[in-house]
Amino acid sequence: MLKIGPLSFNSRLLLGTGKYPSYEIQKKAVEVSEAEILTFAVRRMNIFEPSQPNFLEQLDTSKYTLLPNTAGAKTAAEAVRIAKLAKASGLCDMIKVEVIGCDKTLLPDPIETLKATEELVKEGFIVLPYTSDDVVLARKLQEAGCHAVMPGASPIGSGQGIINPVNLSFIIEQAVVPVIVDAGVGSPADAALAMELGADGVLLNTAVSAAKDPVKMAKAMSLAIEAGRLGYEAGRIEKKRYATASSPKEGMSIG
Amino acid sequence: MKVLLNGEFIQLPEEIVSVSDLLKHYEIHDKVVVVEVNGEILISENHQSTRLSDKDRIEIVHFVGGG
Repeated sequence: MLKIGPLSFNSRLLLGTGKYPSYEIQKKAVEVSEAEILTFAVRRMNIFEPSQPNFLEQLDTSKYTLLPNTAGAKTAAEAVRIAKLAKASGLCDMIKVEVIGCDKTLLPDPIETLKATEELVKEGFIVLPYTSDDVVLARKLQEAGCHAVMPGASPIGSGQGIINPVNLSFIIEQAVVPVIVDAGVGSPADAALAMELGADGVLLNTAVSAAKDPVKMAKAMSLAIEAGRLGYEAGRIEKKRYATASSPKEGMSIG
Repeated sequence: MKVLLNGEFIQLPEEIVSVSDLLKHYEIHDKVVVVEVNGEILISENHQSTRLSDKDRIEIVHFVGGG
């Protein structure tokens, strides 16, 4: 069970809804992923062409928890505004705080992220900030009352996987709220590693939506996250420098 | 009246009085949209009662795919 604030989820995969080849493929990918939390962005509507299709309209919103993001915000004030716009839809109380501080790397602005988190917690949101893999910042976000911390594995959409597993494990060790690895996951192995390190969940988008077969990749990610979690709970063996025989040494018929 | 709607100056027909009227005019009243008028974010229950005035700044947003 993944518990975020007052909410509980069976799936530990949080799926983004951007950049799929078609709505049909996206619908299938969402289904097979078994994700219960879907992320969205908030944007100006093209009111002069209202007939344009929208994925949300094709979704049974009673089956999913929507996690809108504040993507596009560069300041805490902008993030708070986007969060309030999202909440006014009446569809969601959760918000992924995403305040980008660098256009090239899309890495978050730590100071504005913390400010936005503080403000949104006060406003009664369920707050999930996307953050860099900085343990001190993660702790400050927790102290601000966030309901999960979401450190990036590597830059958004880069598919580089977990480039600093040590930092990530520091965050996980001191966490008092769920840790959801968000951004940079490229393959099922990356997702499994995040879970084996003790993460509570993984949020990904491009790894599935831009895969050659998004539906198959959605399934692969779902399985990898489950496998990684089971492995973490089972407790892996210590790494040793030399071999240890698996078969008994006694009773050999040779010599 | 003339309003600033999603960044564009638009001359609205006279029969548009409320936010509800505006959404019906653009045929988006059945869609999931959030409206902000002069920086104030409205919940849908207030669309009917919110009257529009000349030079209002109106933003209409919705959810799109994102990560």
